Amino acid sequence: MPLLTVENVVSGYGEMQVLRGVNLTVGHNEIVSIVGPNGAGKSTVMKLVFGLLKPWEGAVTFDGRNISGMAPEKLVKLGLSYVPQVENVFPNLTVEENLDMGGYTLSGSLDQQKERVYELFPRLAERRRQRAGKMSGGERQMVAMGRALMLDPKLLMLDEPSAGLAPLLVDMIFEKVVEVNKAGVAVLMVEQNAKKSLALADRGYVLATGQNQVDGPGEKLLGDPEVARLYLGG
Amino acid sequence: MTENSSPALRPGERVRNLLTSRAFIYVLLGLVLLGFVIAAQAKGVSANSLLSLFVRGTLLGGTLALGAVGVTLVFAVLKMANFAHGDTMTFGAYMGLLVIMVLPKGPPLAPFSFGYEFLLALLIVVPLIGLFTFGLDQAIFRPLRARRAQPIMFAMAALGLAFGLRSLVYIFWGADFTYYYVGRARPAVELFAGVRVRPDQLFILGLAVVLIVGVYLLLERTKIGKAMRATADNPDLARVSGIDTNRVILWTWLIGGGLAAAGGMLYALDVQLRPEMGWWLLLPLFASVILGTLGNAYGALAGAFVIGIVWQMSSAFINPTYGHGVAFLVMVLVLLFRPEGLFGRSK
Amino acid sequence: MTPLLLAKSALLAVPLWLVTSSLLPLKPSWLKHLVSLAIGFGLAAAATFFIPAGGLSYITSFILMASIYAVLSLGLNVQWGYTGLFNIGIAAFFAIGAFTSALVTTQMPTGINATFTKQLMGLGMPFWLGLAAAGLIAGVLAWLIGKPTLRLRDDYLAIATIGIAEIVRLVFQNERWLANGPQPLRGIPQPLQCLTGNGCDWLPGFVNDFFAPLAPRDYPYIYVAIVALVLFLTYRVLERAIRSPWGRALRAVREEEASAAMNGKDVAAFRMQSFVVGAVIMGIGGGLYAHYMVSIDYAHFDPLYGTFLIWVMLMLGGSGNNRGAILGAFVVWGIWSGTSFAVDALRPALAAISPALPARGPYIRLLFISLLLLFIVLYRPKGILPEEKVVSLDRDLT
Repeated sequence: MPLLTVENVVSGYGEMQVLRGVNLTVGHNEIVSIVGPNGAGKSTVMKLVFGLLKPWEGAVTFDGRNISGMAPEKLVKLGLSYVPQVENVFPNLTVEENLDMGGYTLSGSLDQQKERVYELFPRLAERRRQRAGKMSGGERQMVAMGRALMLDPKLLMLDEPSAGLAPLLVDMIFEKVVEVNKAGVAVLMVEQNAKKSLALADRGYVLATGQNQVDGPGEKLLGDPEVARLYLGG
Repeated sequence: MTENSSPALRPGERVRNLLTSRAFIYVLLGLVLLGFVIAAQAKGVSANSLLSLFVRGTLLGGTLALGAVGVTLVFAVLKMANFAHGDTMTFGAYMGLLVIMVLPKGPPLAPFSFGYEFLLALLIVVPLIGLFTFGLDQAIFRPLRARRAQPIMFAMAALGLAFGLRSLVYIFWGADFTYYYVGRARPAVELFAGVRVRPDQLFILGLAVVLIVGVYLLLERTKIGKAMRATADNPDLARVSGIDTNRVILWTWLIGGGLAAAGGMLYALDVQLRPEMGWWLLLPLFASVILGTLGNAYGALAGAFVIGIVWQMSSAFINPTYGHGVAFLVMVLVLLFRPEGLFGRSK
Repeated sequence: MTPLLLAKSALLAVPLWLVTSSLLPLKPSWLKHLVSLAIGFGLAAAATFFIPAGGLSYITSFILMASIYAVLSLGLNVQWGYTGLFNIGIAAFFAIGAFTSALVTTQMPTGINATFTKQLMGLGMPFWLGLAAAGLIAGVLAWLIGKPTLRLRDDYLAIATIGIAEIVRLVFQNERWLANGPQPLRGIPQPLQCLTGNGCDWLPGFVNDFFAPLAPRDYPYIYVAIVALVLFLTYRVLERAIRSPWGRALRAVREEEASAAMNGKDVAAFRMQSFVVGAVIMGIGGGLYAHYMVSIDYAHFDPLYGTFLIWVMLMLGGSGNNRGAILGAFVVWGIWSGTSFAVDALRPALAAISPALPARGPYIRLLFISLLLLFIVLYRPKGILPEEKVVSLDRDLT
């Protein structure tokens, strides 16, 4: 049974319908990438899974449990973590405090979890007393991912982790995603950078006009000329 | 921020950048103080009494800070200007009076003018008012948050609350001013160089400092304190991180309301109890908070001392009742040149 | 019907005529005014005939105060109702208007009076010039406060207006040379007061003869007609303005739809215009108040009477609706006066609880009115008469 299942979900903001029937699954230990043109509803899918938006129809299941519309603070305890696309750090808190907030729901010492994050991102270990708001875009992305990893999630959700980063940093962030995944965390990400993200994904979904149009193994989607022409801008 | 270093600035923009810089505000405040000293000299006020006023301003700054930190914390976490904060201080001060009247009266704890009852009253009233303000929040502001009301509706509800609290004070205690210890002598002692203060005032400053250090430690060291700062920084991300927002709100009111009660009681001990005292303090409180950047606890602290000192020193040469006017003037200067305050990021 | 009752009826007919003409949907307008004049006079005559003199003069002074508050409430409606500006220092503009009009219209005290009463000036100008000056100075004050605060978050304006209200009150309390503070400034002239005495020399004889039966204590009947006219004019001008492109722009500013249609400079200008116009109206309200009171001092303009009640009036009546603003003033002033009776009736019960309580009756009313505001904010934020939706075509485009 897959870890996360999104079934026939319809939803939107206020009166405006954005998702018109989305279906997707993420298996244990999988990297799944959602790609598609702007305004397709990619970020909306993420917000919906994370309880920031309620489904009008359809259901979301996580680890065998119906989580449709469940509040974020409960989802966190079930093993779901989410890194929003923008404003994904606490700018006036230090790196270390940002990580502390990631582990807010745990009681007791967080040292072990923090050490693991510092191992993954040695750069953060050097700057643990620095305020997150004063860091570069790449470093902020590391803080954001680090915060989300504090609770040992079963599924890490990343909303456009490479947005606004220099190409070198994009590669670094993607490497980290693979590294996290190797440690046993399933990853669901939304990406503008379709080629790179599909290349490392086990499976991919192409989302357009609020529905998933095509899906399949990442490599295969990349090689599909139809997909490339229609949705990936050549 | 990078605009400052850009070489292609026109002279007009350069002047504008200069006028809106933090340094300029410091210069401005310095000039205001210098102007005071000159005006006082012209009026023949001795350097000694100016120094006294400075010291008294610092003492006043301590009590103002207790109120201002509460205003700024509530603003930071809940994004609302709490115009009921001054009247919360009044209410706390009068609750203290109630406790003191109920308790059997002990002798003054020399050299102070108050007895054990005042200290006990502080211990009882501070947490009580903290809880009380949280209760009011749940009854009044929470429904507004749930409805996503405009910020200004919160301010209006706070205004209604302010008048409601004050009417309770009027109903239960009457409109006249009073003291915690009516008729008890409060002699001043010489501190240094002819500066005379009452021992009570040193106690007030000392307690204010202790409370503020306590809040500092809470915000910096404890989990809930960090969660409060995180919520202030980015409420959405705080929720996504699993922070229990209502718990953060509870603590915000416990601290904000509790400090308001402490500030009210200390101010009343120093000056007098009066139903309007909190309303009159609202202006200096907000002046302090705006000067130190809305939402910044350390800024509010600094702002409170600046406002306290400016307020007291102005009385060297103008009618002391215009202290509010001076606080207002400082606020308007800040709003004119640097509305984001001393500790805000310039835009 | 005695000549006295006839004179009173004629004066009371003015407010009744204006109310009726605003409510009647008749066309053309000359017919409407004819009919409402007839109805107004009929009602006034009936009232003067059937209601005993004491009751009638109570009702008259009630209408007077409520109408003055209605002017203030209309001023606030321009600022808050149409543009969303949070002014909690109405008392500042109210007080400035009252004192300005007083200083413009009184005579400079002479002789022995000069030692008791100090004032900046006493120009001895007519009433309407006093009102104009009141509006002007209040508008200038608004401009001065608006300059540093209107471009910022709304809370800054709120706190700045609280501050200016306190400072204005302090100035009139402490500055003897300005307006005799803290003593009252006395002897503010009342327009057309000559009608209650020997007659006004500039009026034709038959008018003087008609009103000759009025004694000085009947003056409120004259003033209620004057205040009603000022209120009506203010209302009509605002209704016109609010339906004009200017009014539409103000609402756009409030709804923050502005960014699409206009640039930041325009938004700032509209906010300033609205703030100043509202303050001018409040200043005129202050002037009306001063001439009714004859003697005023700083204590009249405290945050409760000067600001808070007016807020409750507008919120209850319906922000964004001029009729609501006026209705709210009457309803809240009615509640305020009515609760005074209620508290009086409760005196024995209060005295049984504590001997100090009966004297604190007014504060029970304050508690009640605060709870009323909280109730409105929480459960009826639109008030009794919600804002009318002004349909404009360009709205669909946004």
